[in-house]
Amino acid sequence: MSERAMDAPAERLPLRTRLALYELDGVTLLVLPAVLFVIALFVYPFAYGFVLSFQPKVGDWLANYAKFFSDPFLYDTIEATFRLAIPATLINVLLSIPVALRVRRMRNRRVLTTILVIPITLGTVLIAEGLLNYLGPQGWFNRTLVLFGFSQVRLVHNYTGVMLSLILSGFPFTFLLTLSYLTGIDPSLEQAAATLGAKARARFRHILMPLLAQGLAINLCLSFVQTFSVFPSAVLLGAPAGATRVISIAAYQAAYEQYDASMASAIAMIMGFCQLAVVVLILGARHFVYRGSAGGGKG
Amino acid sequence: MAIAARDFRELRLDGMSRNFGVVNALKGVTLNVRRGEFIALLGPSGCGKSTALNCLAGLLTLSGGSIWLDSTRIDRLAPEERGFGMVFQNYALFPHMSVRKNIGFGLRMQGVAKAEIERKVDEVLAIVRLGDQGDKLPGQLSGGQQQRVAIARAIVIEPPLVLMDEPLSNLDAKLRLEMRAEIRRIHELIGSATIYVTHDQEEALSLADRIVVMRAGEVRQLGTPEDLYDRPAHPDVAEFMGYRNQIRSHAAKSGNLLNVVIGGATLAGTPVDGAGEGDVVAAIRPDDLKVTAAGALSVTVESAQYHGNDFYCLGRSGDGTELYFRSETKVKKADTVRLAADPSRVLVYSQARP
Repeated sequence: MSERAMDAPAERLPLRTRLALYELDGVTLLVLPAVLFVIALFVYPFAYGFVLSFQPKVGDWLANYAKFFSDPFLYDTIEATFRLAIPATLINVLLSIPVALRVRRMRNRRVLTTILVIPITLGTVLIAEGLLNYLGPQGWFNRTLVLFGFSQVRLVHNYTGVMLSLILSGFPFTFLLTLSYLTGIDPSLEQAAATLGAKARARFRHILMPLLAQGLAINLCLSFVQTFSVFPSAVLLGAPAGATRVISIAAYQAAYEQYDASMASAIAMIMGFCQLAVVVLILGARHFVYRGSAGGGKG
Repeated sequence: MAIAARDFRELRLDGMSRNFGVVNALKGVTLNVRRGEFIALLGPSGCGKSTALNCLAGLLTLSGGSIWLDSTRIDRLAPEERGFGMVFQNYALFPHMSVRKNIGFGLRMQGVAKAEIERKVDEVLAIVRLGDQGDKLPGQLSGGQQQRVAIARAIVIEPPLVLMDEPLSNLDAKLRLEMRAEIRRIHELIGSATIYVTHDQEEALSLADRIVVMRAGEVRQLGTPEDLYDRPAHPDVAEFMGYRNQIRSHAAKSGNLLNVVIGGATLAGTPVDGAGEGDVVAAIRPDDLKVTAAGALSVTVESAQYHGNDFYCLGRSGDGTELYFRSETKVKKADTVRLAADPSRVLVYSQARP
């Protein structure tokens, strides 16, 4: 179509039609509540916190950050958090692959899926409560050990306790995500590989893994962000003054023990930056893997 | 060395059966296939033809019977140990690998040297006429090209047996005709045995040396395309072979023939499955009902579709019997025409199709 024809006022399309060309219509308005919600509960608080973090109680505009990175009691929390979040994420995601591979072929998959989803619905506090009772010094686990002549093992109020809780509450989530990615891979691809002489290990390595990589990257991101912001289990099951003094505890103490909202905001910003850095790293690595559909063809 | 199928004399299916729970999807299929033969498994959906193919490929375990390649029993081998080539209905190309990688996959799994893989992939790309598309991803190809890649991938491992599961059903009509010729050409070129599953009788007739018509998990008839087309052994095979008019009637002996009453007129027909006097089913192809002034059968035309060189018509006789026929001359709705059929083209069966 020539430009002249486009400009001619007689051929100007009605507004409704022009909007429709961009897929905008009355239904689009339904997005508004969600947009308002995101602005009110995410964009505004984030921006507010960002600005607040540069308005410390004392000192210049960078004083909060300077304080954080000069005090080992504060900056060590970053390491403590990573020491929990990275292994927990890797364990959850890697463990979810073999389990999902097996579950995918099960006929009563629903039952198992439901059982695995229960920890999500229980919430971290209930899991922490259960672990404290079960694995604590007077819990069944240690009583059984003592009964058989072993010495007690300390599994709560330390790193192990928090790690166990992160796996219990995080695994169902990574499992469900991996399972959905895995069932999205056309089963005829594996069958084709088998008829071409690929044994189970080769099929996994050459067909499933490359097609799953994309989903695993997303899974890693979500799981990492979730575990990095661990708070309840780090307090209840961990050693909140020692090995599991994670960054969210530092932020909590700044806000509600020292009543320094500005410092708490700065810590929250640092926490956000750490999460963002890891997510960018993982998503960047996706460039090296196949990112298209996992279907076998156009049919 | 050119791409050529591994040598064998005979593939033998002996009472091959498969149950899914209480459902017998395959009830004892017995079949011998020679090297170089093209066999079509033909039947409506749910007749067990795909189950049979998957059993052959090793993707399904048999519940009974056995499969032999010459003197080796192969039905307990995993699919990766059988070395058959398989072309899937949806092609099942690996979406993350280039065309060359897809085709070379089977050779790579066999541990063939890289240079040798490259050489064979080049050769097979030439066979399927995709010489310049090797570096593309499957998603960048058209349906017909993807189909060629799937065939190339299956034949490059030089399998004794190529299995094809409705490979043309996702292509448009024109491409389907083109690929049909290609499949036959490639089959003859590499000299393997091909087992081809389809629900399209035209495809089966034009491609196969022998056709296995299946119904409800059983082999209904096994024969050359000519056998099946001219003398289907069973009314449901006849239906599949285009004998669209199947009329319940009553027969009376007349020499070697049977006289059947159709639409108020008496037509001479040929008994097929030992049909005698009494209740029978007469099967007639629309092409075999000829419009002629001397015809015994009078029908009123209810609809006529123009098909280029003829008209495909539905007529109704005085007693309400519906008859499909072809007319070379123009007919309109509500015309009355007279029809006749050669006695050898009116097949009389003793039992109706279930």
